Amino acid sequence: MVSGATNRIMLSGYRVYMALFFLFLAAPLFSAALFAFNDSLFPSLPWKGFTLDWFFNDTEPKLGMFNDRRLLRGLYYSFVIASMVSLLSIFVGTCNAFLFVRCEFRAKNFFYILMVLPLIIPGVILGISILVMASNMANGVENSTGIELEFLRPGLLLVVLGQFSFIATICSLVIIARLKKFDIAMEEAAFNLGASRTRVLRTITLPFLRPALIAAGIVAFLVSFENFNTTLFLVGSEAPLTITMYDRMVKVGSTPVLNAVSFVLILGSALLAVLSIAVQRDPDK
Amino acid sequence: MMVSDGKKLGLFLLFTPFALWIGLLIILPHVGMFILSLKEKVAPRVYEYGLDNYINFIQEPIYWNTLLRTGVMSLLVTVLTLLIGFPVAYYIAKIAGKRSKGALFLLCLIPLWVSDLIRAFGWILLLRETGVVSKSLQSVGLIDTPIEFLYNDATVVMGLIYTVVLFMIVPLVSTLDGMDNEMIEAGYNLGGSRLTVLRRIIVPYAMPGIVAGCIVVFMLTAGSYLTPILLGGKNSSWFTEQIYDQFITRYNWESGAAFGFVLLTFTSFVVWAGLRLSGQTLSSTVAKS
Repeated sequence: MVSGATNRIMLSGYRVYMALFFLFLAAPLFSAALFAFNDSLFPSLPWKGFTLDWFFNDTEPKLGMFNDRRLLRGLYYSFVIASMVSLLSIFVGTCNAFLFVRCEFRAKNFFYILMVLPLIIPGVILGISILVMASNMANGVENSTGIELEFLRPGLLLVVLGQFSFIATICSLVIIARLKKFDIAMEEAAFNLGASRTRVLRTITLPFLRPALIAAGIVAFLVSFENFNTTLFLVGSEAPLTITMYDRMVKVGSTPVLNAVSFVLILGSALLAVLSIAVQRDPDK
Repeated sequence: MMVSDGKKLGLFLLFTPFALWIGLLIILPHVGMFILSLKEKVAPRVYEYGLDNYINFIQEPIYWNTLLRTGVMSLLVTVLTLLIGFPVAYYIAKIAGKRSKGALFLLCLIPLWVSDLIRAFGWILLLRETGVVSKSLQSVGLIDTPIEFLYNDATVVMGLIYTVVLFMIVPLVSTLDGMDNEMIEAGYNLGGSRLTVLRRIIVPYAMPGIVAGCIVVFMLTAGSYLTPILLGGKNSSWFTEQIYDQFITRYNWESGAAFGFVLLTFTSFVVWAGLRLSGQTLSSTVAKS
């Protein structure tokens, strides 16, 4: 066997590796967030003192993010899109969970693989394929009837559908994992006591699923909020925040206001992520 | 009879959202994209069917060179991500105490929920010519002139690893978590060295997780857009850039659709080959996590 001393040295080496890894994970987040507080026109060293101007100031050239109309509009659209995507994905995810955990039907395995597939199709391709289909439909209707179907052109609806197409898979997997742990005897007991199907669903099964539903909703919200690849092709005039920020970075160049946005988003995501894990934790564990 | 009808109705009601979702948002769009990729414009508003878009792709070396480059770099990123992520996952699953385990896992997850854009932005601030790393090195006196760390392949690979490493760690932790510690101890007791135990016991056990992680990482890398563009600059030659270019800049949707299909076929082929080589199936790996 290996001697205790070498074991200890190897273990501390291992710990150093872990520390370096987490430093690697944290580095870009810190640099993105910290420069929000630098009193300078550029997000770079040297450090010129602490300021909150990039959040609250209301005059150019140091326009703070909470006074920047376009950024706030982006934030608003991101919220709208993410909320719609979450609701849709939770609904379809729950249906899928019952379908794949409770029902038996032909070619179930094949359909299960179909359900997982959207997760590994590149986001860019999901984006263009949905864009192509919607445009084909809009063009077809316009050519044959002369009616312009505005909602099939790039815009809010297409962004929601594009993101939903793969986020639904994530939600399904989260809810399926929870439903598999459900003890069917609990439902049977309720049936034996004379409860109706809807009542059992409402008072027993859905409360059991609630942590997974909340967690799935939070995950869907975050993934939608941060999505770029799929959204890029489907976006119309209602650009969500990631697209607005990207435009700003490429066209205007980066100013610390982008760091301020990053700081707010990092903080928000971290809080939501902690929340999603907290609700998933079993109280009796 | 009643029960059976009720069950059929239930199955139908549950199947409808699934069918609408997969049918309308996944299958139909891909079929439409495939049909579009077979079209070519011969005159304004006049189209013919043919393989011209694909032939065009094969005849233009810059296109398939970009695809090959994307594929090779994605494989490199996948392998490096596995090498970097496996020890981390093993530490979280097997070495960390019960309490720190959850915290470490959480630390791994937080960057997962922060946008690609912000992460790339953070790296840019660190690595560009006027960035933190270059300035710090100057002030310490290690270098005299500012160094540009951006816009090279090494930085792109590093940025991609950063973006995807969590997708490797999560499936690995969940497989390794299910592994009985006694299996590892038994290996040592039978006289196996660290390397033997790793190679003969741990890795075979973790195989489904390894393959699942590799598939997701490879697909995400090959399909990524932001990281190569922002960290590699305009000439990073990533294949998704070509697709964007055809679609948005040149407005040549037919050829863009063909490129999309080429990417999809190529990545699916690599994943299929990987599954064959490792003796796993899609449902035993990705579908499981």
